[in-house]
Amino acid sequence: MASKGNDGKIPVPDAPFRPGEQASFESWPWKPGDLPMPDPKNCQFQDTVDLANGLVRVLDDDGNASGEWDPGLSADQLRTGLEHMVRLRIFDDRMMKMQRTGLLSFYMRSLGEEAVAIAQTMALEEQDWIFPTYRQPGAQFVRGRDMVSMICHCIGNIEDNIKGRQMPVHYSYREGRFISISSPVGTQFSQAVGVGLASSYKGLDEVTITWIGDGASAEGDYHYALNFASVFNAPVILNVVNNQWAISTHANFATGVGNFASRGIPYGLASIRVDGNDFLALYSVTKWARERAASGSGATHIEVLTYRTGAHSSSDDPSRYRPKDEHTKWPGGDPIIRLKEHLINLEEWSEDRHKELEERIDTEVVDAYKAAVKFGDLANGPYPSADTIFTEVYEEMPWHLKEQHDELMGG
Amino acid sequence: MTNMNMIQSLNSALDNLLENDSDVIIFGQDVGYFGGVFRTTDGLQEKHGKHRVFDTPLSEGGIAATAFGMGLNGLRPVVEIQFADYIFPAYDQIVNEMAKVRHRSGGEFWSPVTLRTPAGGGIRGGHHHSQSPESQFTHTPGLKVVYCSTPYNAKGLLISAVECNDPVVFFEPKRCYRGPFYGDPHNVPTWSDHPEAEVPEGHYNIPLGQARLAKQGNDCTVISWGAMVHVCEQAIRDSGVSCDLIDMQTLVPWDRDTVVSSIEKTGRCVIVHEAPKTSGFGAEMAASIQERCFYHLETPIERVAGWDTPFPHTTEWEYMPGPSRIAAAIAKTQED
Repeated sequence: MASKGNDGKIPVPDAPFRPGEQASFESWPWKPGDLPMPDPKNCQFQDTVDLANGLVRVLDDDGNASGEWDPGLSADQLRTGLEHMVRLRIFDDRMMKMQRTGLLSFYMRSLGEEAVAIAQTMALEEQDWIFPTYRQPGAQFVRGRDMVSMICHCIGNIEDNIKGRQMPVHYSYREGRFISISSPVGTQFSQAVGVGLASSYKGLDEVTITWIGDGASAEGDYHYALNFASVFNAPVILNVVNNQWAISTHANFATGVGNFASRGIPYGLASIRVDGNDFLALYSVTKWARERAASGSGATHIEVLTYRTGAHSSSDDPSRYRPKDEHTKWPGGDPIIRLKEHLINLEEWSEDRHKELEERIDTEVVDAYKAAVKFGDLANGPYPSADTIFTEVYEEMPWHLKEQHDELMGG
Repeated sequence: MTNMNMIQSLNSALDNLLENDSDVIIFGQDVGYFGGVFRTTDGLQEKHGKHRVFDTPLSEGGIAATAFGMGLNGLRPVVEIQFADYIFPAYDQIVNEMAKVRHRSGGEFWSPVTLRTPAGGGIRGGHHHSQSPESQFTHTPGLKVVYCSTPYNAKGLLISAVECNDPVVFFEPKRCYRGPFYGDPHNVPTWSDHPEAEVPEGHYNIPLGQARLAKQGNDCTVISWGAMVHVCEQAIRDSGVSCDLIDMQTLVPWDRDTVVSSIEKTGRCVIVHEAPKTSGFGAEMAASIQERCFYHLETPIERVAGWDTPFPHTTEWEYMPGPSRIAAAIAKTQED
């Protein structure tokens, strides 16, 4: 029987713009100061509906801060945030160059999204747990990780703390409470709820922060996380980084709603959408969520609205699926430029000082790179001993692995 | 006949299938507009329409479940799981649902889904872009499991898989997409001069359940599938031993007759796969071979496999079976 509703085709969505088309985003209707800040400890999830459907911003288009969400950071704190973002960008550039010259196998930049991990980690306490994706390596700078050690991991050389076992950017940094990154997308999101509930069980003042991409929010793990966090009132901060693109798949394929933040409301979670390129807004929203979680009022679900300026990875070519200049049209601009302009407006920064900072960081990164390749690069070695294939598979090596180990090592 | 690499031959198979059967529908992550991260579905959306070749949310479980439902209602979905390492969120749908529905419904329902998935190592993919999980599916009654190795068999097997009314998990050795792999990472040949890269442009089948005798010899039977077939070819050359090389092509149901008749001739056998040794499909084959060929075997069956460890990044060439390990196993079977 023919149907009036079914026209013989599956209605498949599309990205807003494709190569050859002119990208043009509507300017945002949301301005700093639009949205009040409810009491994080006592408000109900229903009180956050406007926060989920709106957009928390602090910096306006001219780099001035205003509104209840202005975290009132000192100039020193702002400069620290700016420095980490510049460090991450220059570090990423150097790592891409290493990848292109065969010194490491693969790389993923945080380009355009530097504020996410850096502002959010700065808003946490030292004891809080970080359960990242491959797009939040910047948190390690905030937690004080040595850059040489990070590069050694990316190379997979003899000083790689994870012994060449995982691809580049799959960091593990226990000292900084930065949990080992796994390639399958989304898995960390629901695991983070478990990390948080362990803190509840132990009665510790610890909050767990985690992130997931817009694309990966289509995985079951995302929904497990929201439900478990709600049911067990977990002290976690659940961030959906909506950077518009999951490799070639636009966010239109990840949800039929067009808004990620509001998906937390029916789960009973406080939910907020925030401008992901606004360092101050990100800091403030995260601080709010941290306070809520630590007070026993449960999880916050945050959509971090941003744009993936770079390719998904060194293996990706975005010019095949989106206009080359699409990122220049993004209403959120660039997180580094926006914080820099804000500091200049405050007369706490200048173009000259910024240039000096970039030069200093560039030297720091080049020095770290030179120190790291002394421990080996992917093209020339030396590599971790093949022994490391067999160790730490189990706490103690069982007989069958000992036999295989001896077969390979000739022992 | 046209010279094709494996990406092109798979693309050609999908193109033929879309052309010939309006019930064929293709979807998965990045397979639509972009044409797949390995370019396997390149141009198919443009040619056959967005409603037949499309992108999906990033949800392997959702992809498998949706395909299963479409299959129940008469379509013939061909879905891509971007890396075999990422098939596990779909495991329940494949193992408990697709594999069992024909049986559980007394034959009233079935779902002819084909799940294509790039598998295996050799691309510096570390833990989660390198695994070869075929035995996690060969252990599931109701599924057919295929592992291609050349442009020619990739196309003929994929067409048979899609036309088959049972669910099929179709593994593609990603290291061989653009050329055979002989176990030396510094030697990167293309398919351009390879006889198995001469591929008909039209429709043809390679029946499921039929192995390919890739090389003929007298003194040892070497059995493999996927990228390891080419590594075995190199190892046989290095060993100087006259060997039958059997490319299984299909693991469930596997071509026992071809294996048995070869071993009855040679009396010696080496099984090679890149997946871990423990509970690998080689174990099943070795058990069956001793049941059928016990009195023909001159020496114990040798297995060369990936180690029973996660797949490493930097040291992957120490992990994957290489020609020297395989040649040593062949030599061992020749000892009296």
